Amino acid sequence: MSENFTVEIISPDKSILKSEATEVTIPSYEGQMGILKDHIPLITFLRPGLIIIKENSVEKKFFIEDGTVEFSNNNLLILTTTAKNLDNLDKNSIDIIIKNSEEKINKDEISDKERYLLSYKIDILKDISR
Amino acid sequence: MPSLDDLKKRIKSVKSTQKITKAMKMVAAAKLRKAQESAEKGRPYSQKMQNIILNLTKTISDPQNAPKLLVGTGKDKVNLCVVLTADRGLCGGFNSNICKLAKVNFKKILNEGKELKIITVGTKGLDQIRREYGKYVIKKFSFKNKKQISFNEAEIIGKEIIDLFKKDQFDKCILFFNNFKNVITQIPQAQQIIPAENNSSTKEEKDPIFYEFEPEEDEILEDLLPKNISTQVFKAFLENAASEQGSRMTAMDNATRNAGDLVDKLTINYNRSRQASITKELIEIISGAESL
Repeated sequence: MSENFTVEIISPDKSILKSEATEVTIPSYEGQMGILKDHIPLITFLRPGLIIIKENSVEKKFFIEDGTVEFSNNNLLILTTTAKNLDNLDKNSIDIIIKNSEEKINKDEISDKERYLLSYKIDILKDISR
Repeated sequence: MPSLDDLKKRIKSVKSTQKITKAMKMVAAAKLRKAQESAEKGRPYSQKMQNIILNLTKTISDPQNAPKLLVGTGKDKVNLCVVLTADRGLCGGFNSNICKLAKVNFKKILNEGKELKIITVGTKGLDQIRREYGKYVIKKFSFKNKKQISFNEAEIIGKEIIDLFKKDQFDKCILFFNNFKNVITQIPQAQQIIPAENNSSTKEEKDPIFYEFEPEEDEILEDLLPKNISTQVFKAFLENAASEQGSRMTAMDNATRNAGDLVDKLTINYNRSRQASITKELIEIISGAESL
């Protein structure tokens, strides 16, 4: 029996990815979460981070800022407005996002929640660009 | 019988109208492709979002404490109708079809003795609704000067709807828009967004799935529900944009063809009367020469 399940990443303007996967790691709101086949139905939020989709030994990585995840009947659904394939993201554009986020985080008017999300975003992006 | 000069003027004016309609058709065709693409690509997102919400509605264990946005207020007194139309005319039955459907619903709501509130998006719908139902319109939006409607605009509407709901201004919210089926067919649709309801035929009546939530169910619902409303509005926007262009394209295609027919007919008329006047002149000359 195959250990695969389907994973879909959908944004409002297009379907970004639909494929099989053996394991998917998502940055859920309360921590990294690995999903294998026959996981119980789940709904959760994402914070900025990396989605890592493993199909056998092939790995695909996406950077996302937010989103909603639903898992049911061996179908993982990721709804997000901001998913970028890491292969298409060059160092320069990452640096720009980091700079923008750092500017934002230093402003006073943002809420704690936003600050928390932004700091995550910066850490992740710095990790990537390294 | 109109004079030759009049006919000539008519032909010229019809021809220039034809040029305009032809150009409009071309523009609509070009815009249509883009709009259609984004409408079709946007469908999965809104559909999946709606599915999640519907699954959630089925699993709600305690309807009393569930978020009102999901299950409604339990009443059915005040109905809010959001009518999405275009800002521009000359697109066949596009705007009237939505308004027709909306008006049927308005009538039904009023006949049942319920309260009616209307939000219009787009100026054309407002113009058609204002005459009969003007006093029910509480808010009007228009994005006339926006070239491309993005998620932001949908969010503005979504926020407005949610604000009104939180202030207990209505119990039920229905969206009216045109569903884009293909270039020739657009189906006006009424979609209820608050409380969430399955509009598409309920063929898959599956067992409810019990989800694990992380973080808490309440927190998720609080974030997801407003998002879903904006998403549904956005979907309606996209469908509408594609429908508008499709409708305009067919309408302008017809207009161009009709203008062509008219030009042909007028040209025949023109040639006939020209020939008639030549013949008349010849007869006059000949009879004049004969009488000498």
